[in-house]
Amino acid sequence: MHTVNLDLSLEEISKIEGGAGLDISIKDNQVTKCEFKITEYKRFYTQAIRGKSAAAAPALLARICGTCSNAHILASLEAIERALQLTPSPQTMTLRRLLMNGLIIRDHALHLYLFVLPDLFNKDSLLDFDDANPKQHQLVHDAFSVKDSGNQLSILVGGRSVHAPLPQIGGFLKLPDPEKIPLVYQQLQTVRPAIIKLIDIFRLAPFSLIHSVPYLANQNEDYSYLNGDIISSDGVHILPQDYRSHLNHICLTYSQASAYTYQNTTYLVGALARMNLNHPGLHPKTQVDAASSLKLFPSKNVFHNNLAQAIEILNAIDDSLMILGQNKFLPEPIIKPTLQSGQGFGIIEAPRGLLYHHLTIKDLIIQDAEILVPTGQNQLNIENDIKTLVNQKLKSPNFNQANLARDIEILIRAYDPCMSCASHFLKIKWC
Amino acid sequence: MPKLIVGWFTFTCCEDSTIIFTELLNTHWQEWTKALDFKYAKILRKSQGVGPMDIAFVEGAISSQSQIDKLTQIRSLAKTLIAIGSCACIGQPSSQRNDFDPARLEEIKPILIKFNYADKVQKLSDLVTVDYSVPGCPMDEVKFIELMNQLCTPSI
Repeated sequence: MHTVNLDLSLEEISKIEGGAGLDISIKDNQVTKCEFKITEYKRFYTQAIRGKSAAAAPALLARICGTCSNAHILASLEAIERALQLTPSPQTMTLRRLLMNGLIIRDHALHLYLFVLPDLFNKDSLLDFDDANPKQHQLVHDAFSVKDSGNQLSILVGGRSVHAPLPQIGGFLKLPDPEKIPLVYQQLQTVRPAIIKLIDIFRLAPFSLIHSVPYLANQNEDYSYLNGDIISSDGVHILPQDYRSHLNHICLTYSQASAYTYQNTTYLVGALARMNLNHPGLHPKTQVDAASSLKLFPSKNVFHNNLAQAIEILNAIDDSLMILGQNKFLPEPIIKPTLQSGQGFGIIEAPRGLLYHHLTIKDLIIQDAEILVPTGQNQLNIENDIKTLVNQKLKSPNFNQANLARDIEILIRAYDPCMSCASHFLKIKWC
Repeated sequence: MPKLIVGWFTFTCCEDSTIIFTELLNTHWQEWTKALDFKYAKILRKSQGVGPMDIAFVEGAISSQSQIDKLTQIRSLAKTLIAIGSCACIGQPSSQRNDFDPARLEEIKPILIKFNYADKVQKLSDLVTVDYSVPGCPMDEVKFIELMNQLCTPSI
């Protein structure tokens, strides 16, 4: 048997959101060091937000991350509204649900088509797909059409797909343009068959890595990203207000991001966790058209995060078609808060998993903020899985050192990590 | 006419303009990829190093000496450098720590030291010559499309 001794350093992992690197050492066929490093430089939002107006906080905190910006807006709106004891109208909640659907479609499609799909076709980039090959040609067109449908839904509801300006504390500045609703509806309907094909591609994808860790996700009747209690795969039911107290902050000296454990172990949040714990809440049409894939859940294969995301795109389309088809949005005043001070948390399912904002407000000014992002919560699990993957590869008779970096990158991409989010909330207590 | 070699680079920022760029590809990818080769763009492909290029799009502000070195290298390799988005053009909001009060600076000091941050966050034009700017947070889409149309026109 071969003996492998190797120091591998990946300085820039490609086709992920933001900057990350990896240092790995192998001695006598065993991984002795594995450090997944989030290398984004911090912008210190939790410090910068102090002293700013609560009304401005959602737009400021959106700048934490370009791709997840609307999730940060919705989490901070929820935190502020809880702090000031303001209950948004049912219509506002419906519009926020649509905004999340737009984000899920846009963000998951970017990940699956532009980042992951090239790995399945042994290509470096979607832009390298063979135009003369009908399947590859169609997938490139599908990629941009699906992404655009999510983009247009986000623009319709939020005014922009990134840093949406319309959602505010207590309501929306403007309602969706009634003339544009049918256009977006038609676009969502048109791309729906492409997603059913995409689900099949990821159902049949050859990658597998089985792990056994707790999964945490919201659970509710209608697969909402905005409410519900949190449950774990080990059967623990967590009230949203107690979520933070179940997690322990871990300091990694080599990474510019915070990591967390749940009950002293690594855990996983995101689409795979949601699909494992909440798939009975999917839209009935999604349940029908994704039936053969849904049989694979609950799954312990981390690569099924990709499949779960594809199913979530279909669900977001079906849910949005239902909402747009059944609702008329009527003018209503933005609800003004009656309180000026308080503490509140917002916890939502961002595309990559549970996102937690905790804000303390005094006289409508932010006094303190704590923010936990999904990639920080998954960080230790990513590291453990890389170690497992490499150890498995080392034991394989077909081990090929030249492919190792590529295999590791494919695994990291399955998590869809977001480094812009992850690198801005390190506790200022260096160990 | 050969395609122009293009790079898309990000430094300290939220990458909102990169996301807007990927959304603009939804409707422009066919025309742009006919004229431009996105050779160095981590969001789209794994590039081995970086080499000579016609156009470098650069998003984000500069937070450290290693970022200064990389930006300087990009500038030396690119015929045209375009600052993309607010952080690249004016430094904000990524440079917000430049204005922190002493108490806040003391809080973040261990991180600044640990990861070799520069004393101040800088906009691109503080460090290199910027040929064009597309401001906005995220970048102004109309301005960006106008610029892309110029770049994709062979006579320019």
